[in-house]
Amino acid sequence: MTPSPVEESVLFGRLSLNALPLHEPILVVTFAAVVLGGVAVLGALTYFRLWGYLWREWLTSIDHKKIGIMYVILGLVMLLRGFADALMMRLQQAMAFGGSEGYLPPHHYDQIFTAHGVIMIFFVAMPLVTGFMNYLVPLQIGARDVAFPFLNNFSFWMTASGAALVMASLFVGEFAATGWLAYPPLSGIAYSPGVGVDYYIWALQIAGVGTLLSGVNLIVTIVKMRAPGMSMMRMPVFTWTALCSNVLIVASFPVLTAALALLSLDRYVGTAFFTNDFGGSAMMYVNLIWIWGHPEVYILILPAFGIFSEVVATFCGKRLFGYASMVYATVVITILSYLVWLHHFFTMGSGASVNSFFGITTMIISIPTGAKIFNWLFTMYRGRIKFELPMLWTVSFMVTFVIGGMTGVLLAVPPADFVLHNSLFLIAHFHNVIIGGVLFGLFAGIAYWFPKVTGFRLDPFWGKVSFWSWTIGFYMAFMPVYVLGLMGVTRRMSKFDDPSLQIWFVIAALGAVLIAVGIGSFLLQIVVSFIKRETLKDVTGDPWNGRTLEWSTSSPPPDYNFAFTPVVHDLDAWHDMKKRGYVRPAGGFLPIHMPKNTWAGIVLAGISTVCGFALIWHIWWLAGASFLALVVTAITHTFNYDRDFHIPAATVTETEAERSRYLAAGV
Amino acid sequence: MVVMSPSGDIAAQQRDLIVISTVLMLLIIVPVIALTLLFAWRYRESNKEATYDPDWHHSTQLEVVIWAAPLVIIIALGAVTWSSTHLLDPYRPLSRVAEGRPLPEGVKPLQVQAVALDWKWLFIYPELGVATVNELAAPVDRPINFQITSSTVMNSFFIPALAGQIYAMAGMETKLHAVINTAGVYDGFSANYSGAGFSDMRFKFHGVSEEEFGAWVAKAKASGATLDRATYTALEKPSVREPVKLFASVDGGLYDAILNMCVDTAKMCMKDMMRIDAQGGLGKEGIRNVFALQYDAPRSRGGHHAPPKRFVAAACTPEAPRDGLTVERAAPKPAYERRADAVRVAPLQTAAADAAASAALSE
Repeated sequence: MTPSPVEESVLFGRLSLNALPLHEPILVVTFAAVVLGGVAVLGALTYFRLWGYLWREWLTSIDHKKIGIMYVILGLVMLLRGFADALMMRLQQAMAFGGSEGYLPPHHYDQIFTAHGVIMIFFVAMPLVTGFMNYLVPLQIGARDVAFPFLNNFSFWMTASGAALVMASLFVGEFAATGWLAYPPLSGIAYSPGVGVDYYIWALQIAGVGTLLSGVNLIVTIVKMRAPGMSMMRMPVFTWTALCSNVLIVASFPVLTAALALLSLDRYVGTAFFTNDFGGSAMMYVNLIWIWGHPEVYILILPAFGIFSEVVATFCGKRLFGYASMVYATVVITILSYLVWLHHFFTMGSGASVNSFFGITTMIISIPTGAKIFNWLFTMYRGRIKFELPMLWTVSFMVTFVIGGMTGVLLAVPPADFVLHNSLFLIAHFHNVIIGGVLFGLFAGIAYWFPKVTGFRLDPFWGKVSFWSWTIGFYMAFMPVYVLGLMGVTRRMSKFDDPSLQIWFVIAALGAVLIAVGIGSFLLQIVVSFIKRETLKDVTGDPWNGRTLEWSTSSPPPDYNFAFTPVVHDLDAWHDMKKRGYVRPAGGFLPIHMPKNTWAGIVLAGISTVCGFALIWHIWWLAGASFLALVVTAITHTFNYDRDFHIPAATVTETEAERSRYLAAGV
Repeated sequence: MVVMSPSGDIAAQQRDLIVISTVLMLLIIVPVIALTLLFAWRYRESNKEATYDPDWHHSTQLEVVIWAAPLVIIIALGAVTWSSTHLLDPYRPLSRVAEGRPLPEGVKPLQVQAVALDWKWLFIYPELGVATVNELAAPVDRPINFQITSSTVMNSFFIPALAGQIYAMAGMETKLHAVINTAGVYDGFSANYSGAGFSDMRFKFHGVSEEEFGAWVAKAKASGATLDRATYTALEKPSVREPVKLFASVDGGLYDAILNMCVDTAKMCMKDMMRIDAQGGLGKEGIRNVFALQYDAPRSRGGHHAPPKRFVAAACTPEAPRDGLTVERAAPKPAYERRADAVRVAPLQTAAADAAASAALSE
């Protein structure tokens, strides 16, 4: 960005043609590719006359299953963006030695590592985890939708709106160059005067509304909408982890919102919460952001633990070992995750007793986590393990995650942290737990539930290629990074002096290429499976001999999920029903009360995007106008009383009869 | 691997702690990994020999073991953590120079004040009256007491061979006690990202003998350069790859002024503001101090200027123009006295000040 004073105009704020990064060839090429791709997609939608279908069946849908799928698609698309950033960083760090500046100037490189972190956490991991919870929780508890279907649609579109703002920053203006948590004073107006931090703030604030509301929604769903007989201690473990994860969301995201709101006040109206002068305290921001940030990692990992619990029980053909201790471990982790935030900044000068306290609370979390690992281990004991793809991911997770857990506990010892903090050792640690834990869990979950969602299985060959590329690629990409950390190399460097480091960065870069192969073969796997969908078809709705209620319904499930609300008598309700010779009801269906689609979610989120964009660029009239439009639209929506309808009994009978024909043909 | 083979006693103890903790954890990690792979192999579907017990899902004895085993390890690790965190607290003065070598009587620690600037390091040796940019030296086996601060954003002061890092933050002082045991040249740098010039924010730390250290100080003394407020103000401006600079003398109050964000004599020192606040503050009259307390905005990075703040500026420094430059003054009074004057004078000046304020706003 050329340093020139920016005059603000009334009409366009600080937005001008200079905001387009025409002098950055990488961005121009990317932009051209995005425009061409976008035009092709829009053209295809128009040519095949899909707009109406898309609008009616997806964009305005309040069906938790479709919203769940849209969350997962959003997460996967953003994964490609976040991973492209990762490859660029790996390439830069492998090149920039011996006086070479690499191919990225600091201004660009700094934005890339910031965007990588923000995108991977907020717009990859969060949408994927939320998507899983959305899709599965109602099915697992025998409900027909979430408690607040419209809110669910609105939450998704707010998350998508935040993602859209982050993507816009690539081509209009710049993104924050502050690191993914935007510590002040660096992120303050004096030291980051550009639009980058404003993009960061508004993208997270808008997406945060979605995350918080989705959290409220899922808590209410789990607490109030369980099928009769499903007491808390009969809930599937994934639902338990989803409950705890959403409790964490509801308790911690408001802290993030408040911290960012104070930062934006500093930036927009000249308050002094986190400035150096006027008695501001940047350390206050660091505390607040980690009071959100530490629970956040458990928000991501707990549902992944839940996925592994479901997978391990199913593929070992055995009830989960120690269900009760699994539940208590989850709850203990939920509570303890609030008592450890200071371990992210032992090195800011806290006293020894404070540091010890937070170090030891952090270590205590490893006890319930260890208990969970043992529970999975003893579920395998005396099982009959089918090494389908989800189980491969699970075994790989168990080995990888304990290594990440070990380095994590090491970082929790304050004096050890003094030499490892901010080093590449830390980077290797959290990639070890996030890739080895969250991402492996999500891949296990995708392979496991894909037949439920689509009605056909994933092709195992490309799945295994993806699995091995990811697993080997992970070790190749991050074990050298541990070594570099022990060599005293710090994070966020764009170039290096010491030539002996280079070989490790080259190995890490090759590991990243292997991970790219893993992502490529995952996408290929979906394409191949779609082509071979007839041979991979699952007519039973229960391809893995599953244990929980989602496997009792057809694949994909009908709009209403369950023709009759199931009655639960034991843990692993579907396994119990099968054991006792459950017979599908063939008649006597009643009309089913369902919520109606609504335009309000996508429209409100669209207006929020405009409002965010206007605030970022100081286009005050537009910010005011769009905020007003937001309020008016929301109020208008409350006058829409046409919100529900009944699926006639005849339709239910017809749908269920068709499934009966399928099942008969399949057997 | 410098972290695993450091040259200073503190870093060596931190290394030992890494080794001890890792070994303690491996006691449980290795069996878990081995059992995972063993069970995965033994209970594979094709192995019909293995027992299959689909209803076995609970065992009180096993449950006790799987909670107790990690608990025992964590109790041991927790005890190690508590004692080592206190022993290796960076604020704790050293009681030994190396293992089995207690601090000899009468050895005075070397005082060093480290200031993180955009993007270079300033080191002031207050007792010796010298200062350096991007180069640090200390005699072997003599404890060093660091006082650390920053001029703008957060940085982290880190010499891996010497001791663990500690953050450098503007308006705040952190401390580090360390000692180097082997002569040599080591890397030092900022370990916390601080903006575009961060990757170049590196310096060399020289661990030298007492004689060599004396010679190094003499070399600095011979440079003839003085680090006063004006030099500092120029030095503080953002720059990268700043060459090593030596200063023969240092303005005695400089570090204190940096810490209190009042190197510019037109500014009020933080400690003075805090003293006023501790006495109940100035109430509404405090508005007159806004200009004197503003610190971040003049350091604005990049070309995009922050929107100008509108406040009363002329009223509190009637003899100084509003653009932040101080007029020539014979001998500026110490900040606290100036402040005291302002407190006394301010109420009397209200009418004139308001007129000046409205004039300033209308411009």
